[in-house]
Amino acid sequence: MDNFSYVNATDLEQVTSLLSDSGWGEVMVVAGGTDLLGELKEYIETPKTLINLKSLPGMDSISMNTTGITIGALTTVADIANHPTIQQRYTVLAQAASSVATPQIRNVGTLGGNLCQRPRCWYYRDETVNCLKKGGDTCYAVDGLSKYHAILGGDPVFIVHPSDIAPALIALGASLKIVGPEGEKTMKVEEFFTLPAANPFRENVLQPNEIVVEVHVPQPKQGTKSFYLKAREKGAPDFALASVAGVFEMMGQTCQNANIVLGGVAPAPWRSTEAENILSGKVINESVSNNAGAAAVKDAQPLNDNAYKVTLTQNLISRTAMMAVS
Amino acid sequence: MASWGEASQSRLIGKRITRLSGKDKVTGKAKYTYDINRPGMLYARILRSEVARAEVIALDLTPAEELPGVKAVIELTQVGNQLRYQGQEIAAVAAETDDIAKDALRLIHVELEELPFVVTEDDALAEGAPEIRDWTGNKSDPNVDERGDLEAGFEEAAVIVEAKYHTPVQTHVCLETHGNVAEWRGEEYLTFWASTQAVFGVRNDLARTFDLPANQVRVITEHMGGGFGSKFGPGVEGHTAARLSKMTGKPVKLMLTRRAEHLVAGNRPSMTQHVKAGATSDGRLIAYDMQGYGTGGIGSGAGFTGPYVYSVENSRTERFNVATNAGNQRAMRAPGHPQGAFAMDSLMDELAEKLGMNPLEFRRLNDSSEVRQAQYTLGAQEIGWHKRNTVPGSGTGIKKRGLGVGSGQWGGGGGRGTQARVTINADGTVEAVTGTQDIGTGVRTAIAIIVAEELGLQPTDISVTVGDSEPGLPSGGSGGSQTTPSVAPVIKTAAEAAKQKLFEHVAPLLQAPVDDLRVGIGTIYVASDRTKTVTWKQATGQLGMESISEGGNWDEDLRQGGVAGTQFAEVEVDTQTGHVGVIKIVAVQDCGLAINRLATESQINGGVIMGLGQTLLEERIMDPQTGRMLNANLEDYKVPGTYEIPEIKAIVFDTHRKVSGVGEPPCIPTLGAIANAVYNAIGVRIRELPITPDKVLTALAEKKA
Repeated sequence: MDNFSYVNATDLEQVTSLLSDSGWGEVMVVAGGTDLLGELKEYIETPKTLINLKSLPGMDSISMNTTGITIGALTTVADIANHPTIQQRYTVLAQAASSVATPQIRNVGTLGGNLCQRPRCWYYRDETVNCLKKGGDTCYAVDGLSKYHAILGGDPVFIVHPSDIAPALIALGASLKIVGPEGEKTMKVEEFFTLPAANPFRENVLQPNEIVVEVHVPQPKQGTKSFYLKAREKGAPDFALASVAGVFEMMGQTCQNANIVLGGVAPAPWRSTEAENILSGKVINESVSNNAGAAAVKDAQPLNDNAYKVTLTQNLISRTAMMAVS
Repeated sequence: MASWGEASQSRLIGKRITRLSGKDKVTGKAKYTYDINRPGMLYARILRSEVARAEVIALDLTPAEELPGVKAVIELTQVGNQLRYQGQEIAAVAAETDDIAKDALRLIHVELEELPFVVTEDDALAEGAPEIRDWTGNKSDPNVDERGDLEAGFEEAAVIVEAKYHTPVQTHVCLETHGNVAEWRGEEYLTFWASTQAVFGVRNDLARTFDLPANQVRVITEHMGGGFGSKFGPGVEGHTAARLSKMTGKPVKLMLTRRAEHLVAGNRPSMTQHVKAGATSDGRLIAYDMQGYGTGGIGSGAGFTGPYVYSVENSRTERFNVATNAGNQRAMRAPGHPQGAFAMDSLMDELAEKLGMNPLEFRRLNDSSEVRQAQYTLGAQEIGWHKRNTVPGSGTGIKKRGLGVGSGQWGGGGGRGTQARVTINADGTVEAVTGTQDIGTGVRTAIAIIVAEELGLQPTDISVTVGDSEPGLPSGGSGGSQTTPSVAPVIKTAAEAAKQKLFEHVAPLLQAPVDDLRVGIGTIYVASDRTKTVTWKQATGQLGMESISEGGNWDEDLRQGGVAGTQFAEVEVDTQTGHVGVIKIVAVQDCGLAINRLATESQINGGVIMGLGQTLLEERIMDPQTGRMLNANLEDYKVPGTYEIPEIKAIVFDTHRKVSGVGEPPCIPTLGAIANAVYNAIGVRIRELPITPDKVLTALAEKKA
């Protein structure tokens, strides 16, 4: 990696002012570093300054009240995975967190970092390949090797979003707080992520001088069941070939409302309203679950090597839905 | 005739004994080449081509030389040369820190003119493909082998199977990457710490390369993190480290990055074979016709076995190499065998199914190895062969289980060329020294066991030195599963000779003839009068100011080559996700005399895990578009982890009391066993490795349609 200067953050104002006017890449923030370090070592990013966010006080805790839970952006993935209340009431979130990487990475990787991590695409991660995401003119996955790439929402960049936690948060209706030079703003996690058609270079709406500071997850209704299923080639560590975050408000065998968000299949966490519409208000059975799975992928546009993801995603949705009634 | 004696007489040999270096390894005390740090040491790095094929147009080292902290920069290619694969060496830097060396690499000015390349077999064989070496159409001359009368064989056949099988290139993934620390004393003496599986091979290579007498090069490999066939020579990185050290007069460390390890440090070639085979109605394999090829990158050596293990009277095989712009192949754990076994065992199952025969019975009818016949019975019992789906894929539910079987064969008989000494000192200490190296198989412990058995001591009483050329006791490279069978006879005879010498010193004390003396446990006693006994220390005390130091001899009768193996697999396939989980592997491995049963089981476990990786996960992925290897890391080049490891029942199948090597054979039968089990589970055959979810889901979808 190239040399850089290293600044320990003291407060958010200092962070946003250091970030101001620098554009992307000159000044960067680091927390757990599990993603950024790889980018630095591979010369994908070559910042002049790194701001260490870990020195910010009070951003690494999980607090609860009657409206839900609030999780600081510096909370480690392990703390989320191991939190008893999250495991019990926000199960999909605990399951998603515990499926991330390895214990070592979960122990240092943070919530904010997990949401803001960059794609794993093998063309993007090769310094010597100037792909569309890095300002070139080709997404090499289109004519190249695309086993791990997007089947939904790809055009013109066919990366997949690697986060496990993001689909879970969106399925739970979570919102996040962003701090920038003009103060703070709150938005749905769902609105945070963007598709390449809107911006091929970034995966979310964050501006160069903004950072995510916390996430709020509303308390699920009584009778809610939730699951995170992640298909991967290797038990661990491995990113998702496809994943499903499913949150089901159940009354007996009837699903009153379903939230289905997919990971590993699109450049952003992919909310499948098609699947949700089929499941919501229905008695869940095999045929309904299968229909939900099929609806979710009916507009899928696989590349050369990833048609299997269509079947896989469909099957995972159906399996997740069946778990709500088993 | 020398012998290892009866099993009932062995106190240590054949028992399960913890390896001597285990504690050092798990506590980090063991020093690998990576851990060697010398005073004033420089760090070296190599600049490599990132493109598959190019001509070097300009190369200017000056900007790197000018970076403070840089001590030497050398060219490893020249303007006008052609670079023929990604990772090929361009230049090298030695600097005060590793970070400076990395920065310096990026300052080297290189201009390349990219040339048309082929990185896949398909592209290399395509019409009009650029010819990248001295072969017409990127194909080597084929090796053709004909036996019997193929046409008559097919006429006799009741069933015929035609199929295409493919295994991709697999890289070695040594836990410790290749590398060295070189340190010159003046211009006359080179000390070289190497992560190598051939200490003396590296010594002799360096002596030649640097025009030194062999006794002025010392190579040290106390511990090493895996070689699997890829670490026989010093390689470009070794020569480079030694050159940079000589130039700067300082020790130089040069270890490969993980990326370079994948790109240039060797690989198992791919295999593609089109095979047509026939069997008679009574289950005899009667005809076998195969055309196949593999790529060993820019080099040759992409051979594979076929037909494999099973007897066939009439056969014709034609094999050739395909040149691609990719790093050279190197020997890899049982070269040619796992891929050949995968194809053959798949074929055997396909034929058996057409015949309506149990695939195990079909094997029995065509396998002339008595050892494997016995192994089939034992393995089938152990896995519960009766549980298999008689109709493949007939299981119910989302997750389907299946059973499969595969076979293997290896040599591993060892050979001449090892010198060793066993020394007994007056204070009772014992040293065993030889110039072999412990590639990870536990030969250090095996040596201690043999000496301790002979002298009536404990393995921990023996101080063993291996992995050092300085004592001047050469031994061969650790390849072909030859290490223990090559070393054991020499160590045993050396220990015997030392014992005889000690008896001569002790005989007067015990007032008995030498041939009436025996070793007990920590004692020496008189066989005809067991009341006459001395402790080990009393005995060695007789040596006074002397030590006993005896060499050993190669003894044919103490070793034997030729080991058979069979494995059974039980798998569970998730038909919704395409994921293949291996539940259990039963590995019945013929191994002759197991010096250390625990280490032998450990070898079998390791082989099974490597075979499993090749079957389910591993593949070097080359991009025809950019010419790059897309997974030159351990994120997308997937090797088995904890979740992939099944229950492994390693059965050490002792067939005789002579030493055979067992490093390679256990990785061979795993592929066919798992692939056949997958077929038995889902009723769809995957003929292309690795068997990943995409292939399983695609195959299931095709079956449904």
